[in-house]
Amino acid sequence: MTELLKAKFSIEYPDFNFDVDLKIPASGITVVFGPSGSGKTTLLRCLAGLEKSGKMELAEQVWEDENIFIPVNRRAIGMVFQDSRLFPHLKVRDNLVYGYKRTPEGSRRLHLDEIVQVLSLENLLEREVHKLSGGEKQRVALGRALLTSPKLLLMDEPLAALDAKRKAEIIPFIKKVKRDLSIPIIYVTHSMSEVLQLVDTMVILKNGKVVKCGPVEKVFSDLQLRDAIGDENSGAVLDTTVLEHDTEFGITRLDFMGQELSVPLQKIPPGKGLRVHIHSKDVSLATEPPQGLTSVLNILETKVQKIGEKTGYSVDIELDAGRPLLATITRKSLSNLNLQPSQTIYAMIKAIRMVHANENV
Amino acid sequence: MNLNSLDLGPVWLTLQLAAVTVVILITIGTPLAWWLAHSRAKFKVAVEAVVALPLVLPPTVLGFYLLILLGPNGWIGGPVQALTGSPLSFTFSGLVFASTLYSLPFVVQPLQSNFESLGKIPLETAASLGASRWDAFFSVIFPQCRRGYLTATVLGFAHTLGEFGVVLMVGGNIPGKTKVISIEIYDRVEVMEFAQAHILSAGLLAFSFLVLLMVYSFNKKLPVHVS
Repeated sequence: MTELLKAKFSIEYPDFNFDVDLKIPASGITVVFGPSGSGKTTLLRCLAGLEKSGKMELAEQVWEDENIFIPVNRRAIGMVFQDSRLFPHLKVRDNLVYGYKRTPEGSRRLHLDEIVQVLSLENLLEREVHKLSGGEKQRVALGRALLTSPKLLLMDEPLAALDAKRKAEIIPFIKKVKRDLSIPIIYVTHSMSEVLQLVDTMVILKNGKVVKCGPVEKVFSDLQLRDAIGDENSGAVLDTTVLEHDTEFGITRLDFMGQELSVPLQKIPPGKGLRVHIHSKDVSLATEPPQGLTSVLNILETKVQKIGEKTGYSVDIELDAGRPLLATITRKSLSNLNLQPSQTIYAMIKAIRMVHANENV
Repeated sequence: MNLNSLDLGPVWLTLQLAAVTVVILITIGTPLAWWLAHSRAKFKVAVEAVVALPLVLPPTVLGFYLLILLGPNGWIGGPVQALTGSPLSFTFSGLVFASTLYSLPFVVQPLQSNFESLGKIPLETAASLGASRWDAFFSVIFPQCRRGYLTATVLGFAHTLGEFGVVLMVGGNIPGKTKVISIEIYDRVEVMEFAQAHILSAGLLAFSFLVLLMVYSFNKKLPVHVS
């Protein structure tokens, strides 16, 4: 049985009610997504013990309930913030070991050498904090949090202050932490690109409430969540495995639940995982497999799962391709195709929009 | 000019008084300033006003009330006399008490503004890394507030050195017990011994100037930490 993080928090603010009930796997990366003011940071503060507000347990260990409250300095948590919050009066090395020194010897599972190597901090150790770049600061902050050997890592928009290039530098480190150190991570962001690259479990918050919580592929293609996720991102997230590379045509062939997809050539060895994002507007539907020639490379056999609200010009169709897949078609086409639930339908995918290395599959 | 007739007793007494007062001020000023910087209590402004009172009150007013308070029938002097056999007025302890009140704003205000500019975030960050409140204060807050502490210490010390009205009211003029430099200067002038008055006055002037010079040049070198 997988271990769980259970939390039930409720705080009343003058202009805002925070009321959250969560049950998520205590493994992998859980992304908390939502607009600003939705309570993402409040959720992290509650989990950290910076607010006293309800109940919480991690892997059957109670951290907070009616009788118990483990204060923040005795919770096995690590926190990383948007502004690194490094201590300016300490050198990088002393920042890194600040929490390590305060972790009981018996609980130390991670050590300086290991973290320095995982996060490539060798050349930074003797530096002054104010001489670090933004990306370096975040790496040191991540290392400092990890050196407390946390059982739960809380990250509050850790990349929000960085430019795209620095973001791309840090993300592999976060994945490495998840893969090599197997610490569950709660990751707050409002960046869809970070979500797609990191997420295993997704929690969507709105006005202090959990709108949806579950595995990413389910949450992402939920028709009810178009609002929360945003039209421009609407679509499906599929985890695939690299089959082989076709260098002649510059194509990488992927396995997705027994069906095949092709994407532009990737630098990932066969057998490794690759996560793809398919925009719902890039999926068209056909009742028969196309006869004769077609320029569309990617055609998946699916079943109609659910037909969205029929208002306006277009309509969303949720398809079952082993995993949920979304298609946005016109209402006119819907009427022409005469779609019925559980009918077999062929999804022709014109473009696979985002492709991110996902080493975890 | 007869230097031999210069009694150094008041000088030592003054330094002793200032040193003891500053130690007490830093000890009680730190939690008070921290509370003023971070509390959301409604009566906070009232406390702030009380702390600032010695800045605007004539020292004789403060001294007058302290004299009553510390005297044998006062709220503080009474119980102290019952316990120890002597009241606080006209003693060194009484002077320390009075100086502490008198110099309070000079210590609390620089600390408060330093704590305010630092904010609560460093404390929370340290706590998330396993530090208790005390530990976090000494390992994170204090090192980042050295500038505030230096200013507070020096202002508290220098201000105590120079007080006159309060001391005269509460301590009187008892050689070896309550006779500090400022009062000695007054006495010398009264009896027309200008040479001795000069030496003491110039000494105090030079000392105060040097100390302030040191603070300002140190403050330039100390890094400012603002979150």
